[in-house]
Amino acid sequence: MTLAQIIFLFVALIILGSALMVVTTRNLIHAALWLVSALFGVAVLYALLHASFLAVIQVVIYIGAIAILFIFAVMLTRRDLRDRGPQLNRYWWAGALLSIFSFTGLVLLFRNWNGFSRTPADFPVGFDTVGKLGDALISPEAYVLPFEVASVLLLAALVGAVYVAFTRK
Amino acid sequence: MTTELLIWFIPLPPILAFFLIILFTHKNKTLSHSLAVGAAFISWMGSMVVFVSALGVHELGAHPFSSSINWIPTADTWLKIGVLVDPLTAVTLFFVAWTVLMIFIYSIGYHNYGQPVGDHDVMGLPPHGATVEEHGHKHMVPSIEPMYSRFFAFIGLFAFGMYTLVVSDNLLTLFVGWEIMGLCSYLLIGFWYAKESARDAAVKAFMTTRVGDVFMLLGIVFLYSATKTLSFREIFTEEILHTLASVPSGILGLSAAGLIGLLLFIGTVGKSAQFPLHVWLPDAMEGPTPVSAMIHAATMVSAGVYMIIRIFPLISAGWVEGLPINNTMAIIAFIGAFTALFAATIAVAQNDIKRVLAYSTISQLGYMVAALGIGAYVAAAFHLVTHAFFKALLFLGSGSVIHGMEHGVLHTGEHVDPQNMFNMGGLRKKMPITFWTFLIGGFALSGFPLITAGFWSKDEILADAFGNAHLSVFVTLATAAFLTAFYTMRQITLTFLGEPRTKSAQHAQETKWTMTLPLVILSVFAVGFGWLGIPEHFPVLGAFSANWFHEFVGSTLLEPPAALEFSWTPLLTSILVACGGLYLGWLVYRKVTSVEQDKLQIPVLKNKWYFDEIYDFLFVKPSYWLAETFTYKWIDSGLIDGILNAIGRTTSAIGHALRNYIDKPIINETIGDGSANLTQWFGRSLRPIQTGHIQQYMILTLFVLLLVGGALFYFFLQLGLL
Amino acid sequence: MVPLAWYLILSAALFSIGLFGVLVRRNAIAILLGIELMLNSVNVNLAAFWRYGDVNQMAGQVFAIIVFAVAAAEVAVGLALVISVYRNRNTVIAEDIALMKW
Repeated sequence: MTLAQIIFLFVALIILGSALMVVTTRNLIHAALWLVSALFGVAVLYALLHASFLAVIQVVIYIGAIAILFIFAVMLTRRDLRDRGPQLNRYWWAGALLSIFSFTGLVLLFRNWNGFSRTPADFPVGFDTVGKLGDALISPEAYVLPFEVASVLLLAALVGAVYVAFTRK
Repeated sequence: MTTELLIWFIPLPPILAFFLIILFTHKNKTLSHSLAVGAAFISWMGSMVVFVSALGVHELGAHPFSSSINWIPTADTWLKIGVLVDPLTAVTLFFVAWTVLMIFIYSIGYHNYGQPVGDHDVMGLPPHGATVEEHGHKHMVPSIEPMYSRFFAFIGLFAFGMYTLVVSDNLLTLFVGWEIMGLCSYLLIGFWYAKESARDAAVKAFMTTRVGDVFMLLGIVFLYSATKTLSFREIFTEEILHTLASVPSGILGLSAAGLIGLLLFIGTVGKSAQFPLHVWLPDAMEGPTPVSAMIHAATMVSAGVYMIIRIFPLISAGWVEGLPINNTMAIIAFIGAFTALFAATIAVAQNDIKRVLAYSTISQLGYMVAALGIGAYVAAAFHLVTHAFFKALLFLGSGSVIHGMEHGVLHTGEHVDPQNMFNMGGLRKKMPITFWTFLIGGFALSGFPLITAGFWSKDEILADAFGNAHLSVFVTLATAAFLTAFYTMRQITLTFLGEPRTKSAQHAQETKWTMTLPLVILSVFAVGFGWLGIPEHFPVLGAFSANWFHEFVGSTLLEPPAALEFSWTPLLTSILVACGGLYLGWLVYRKVTSVEQDKLQIPVLKNKWYFDEIYDFLFVKPSYWLAETFTYKWIDSGLIDGILNAIGRTTSAIGHALRNYIDKPIINETIGDGSANLTQWFGRSLRPIQTGHIQQYMILTLFVLLLVGGALFYFFLQLGLL
Repeated sequence: MVPLAWYLILSAALFSIGLFGVLVRRNAIAILLGIELMLNSVNVNLAAFWRYGDVNQMAGQVFAIIVFAVAAAEVAVGLALVISVYRNRNTVIAEDIALMKW
């Protein structure tokens, strides 16, 4: 058990624990905060994977924007600050069953793949991850088109969200 | 234009007139009668030209004008039709052309051309007079016939039929002309179709002649099957006649020729009103008088005798002059002689002026038929021609008398029958031209010696009968001649002599020139034609003429008949019966002024020996029963309609069953409604799935996805693809 | 070194938990939280494959970036919708917004 593995297991525990709390806790604000914790764990995972840009983006965008957004939404959609009633619906057992099945199914699928247990190659020294990512994103032979389309998508979503939620006073 | 081509054209003008009048000019009376008379005139001219050319041909019998065309293709040859003018045809054309033209001209005046339209005249009834105002007071005058143009169209068709029959060279077109005349006799006897008696008479005429025509057709068919031809020139050759005469036909011991001749003769019995098919002719007097003249003198009945003269070689096949006559000829002679006497006995008791003439026609035709039966070929033809002239003359004359009487009836307003001789009398003063021409005709009919044509022709028949030792025929014909003269003089005396017996007779008037001119022309022939046939050995007069008629017509036959030896007995007999009959008639009837005084009003004679009643009982009533009861009620309505109704009911029941037991329950309810209900049930049952809860949808989706995906995964795993 | 399998199992587990959340939670916003978890598991998967494949191939990271963008857009619109629905129906319980039913 190397150091990397121990760290990984620790982070994985945090992530999964937080995730479980997200989906089971009654209080929605708590759920959003647990989500923040899970997202943090994922950011650490990115860092472990040498995907530095992704780690930063994860924190900034997901935690900084999306989770905050969730908290705002929770606050805007309650008559009082308490959550009443059960938080799970009638079919929770079917959902639980399905989750377990999907998990086992996925794992079984993975096991059949021969690259399942490969180990990573050494990370090249002086590898400019961010630079290379930047190049890939804007280079015409690479992924500039999806990048631009994604930005248009964001614009559309922005406009749409504003329009949907807009109220005239 | 060669003569042969001209012969083809002779029948055409009248049929053309028929179509033109029917289609185009029937509203215009003047145009119609002009077309008809013009057509008759053109045909008359053609006939005269042909006749004169025929006179000029040497040995016309051996080299007649003939022309034929292929008509119907048979297996390896053609049935030909065409025209033939040999001596018999030539003289027939002569009298047909003259009498037809005279009757056409006469019809103009008879149907009151130029007179005003009647007060109450309707189409289909005889005209009844128009009221005109003259000199301040009103009286009735004869009115124009409403169906004027139609009449001329019909007689045009009639003339066409007769011309066709006369010029044809084969039995087929002869039969065509025969039937056309049968049709026209129906149309014309029933001309005044609104009169029930006219309608019945037309049907009677058609039916009776039809009986004869059926047998005639059988004869034609038999002849064709035996000889494969219908053309006269081809049949009347030595070999064919000899073959036909020797082959037995198996019926009544007759040879083939004899049977064919007999069958064809039955056609003549019908058409020429011989006993027993004579019943239609007196009733045919219902038609207008020109029709009676046409049918009973000029054309139709003459056609019957013409046909039988034409096929004389067939009838007499195997017979030579001097031998006893063969069976067919004997039958023909018997029927002819019997009819002659039989009809004459009826004629003496008739009171209608036209009826007397009708029965006299039957009687005279009997003469011709009897003459042919005993082998007197030329005599029969001679009498045919002379009879046509004087009978046409007599009929037209009687029409003139009736017209004069009708004028009197209308003028006085009396309601008497203008045709009853007992209402007439003294008309010789009122209608002189009619009187003299009628007298000539009547004397010709009676056979007044020397100056009338009838004498010469009748005398020749009697001479032939006596000379060939057919004494029964001779005696019968002589008795009939006596009766003929008797009733003729009766007729003349009652009609013209004495004093008028009714006011109408007093006011009778001579008829117009369109009616009297034909009378005069015909009387010329009634007198003069006889002199063409004076026998060679006749005392004194025989030296002047060479019996042209005998030479000419006799040459039609393969072996021209020899001229008869002169004998005083028949000559004296005929003079005696003629003059005796005339004198007796005048003697008895100059004192008779009313029907009660007439001693010859014997019921059995007046009622025509009750033959109409016998036929009604034997044939007419059973036919009606067969048609109305047996065929109509029992078989048609009962059996056939019963079957159809049963089929209908069965079909209806089947349909009902199908509808109520199959269609409605099975197809409508089970299949139709059932499938709809099933679908609805499915829908209703599946509807609750749509709860609107998306999480539920997702659960279901994932579940199925996992299931199917897992199944596919393992399936592919089995196949070794993964 | 950490085998790739661990990353994959982790992402599978995260995905399943997120799935559970989507399927059973009553509150609409909680459902969206579950969706976020699922998207994150996908991103983890992508990053792991980038690292454990050829690091010169930037496709993995680029894809992850695109997923980020999409997730952000989707959250924005989704929450806007939830807020709009709350304004109209006065509820965010998914079961109560079941109008498209028979």
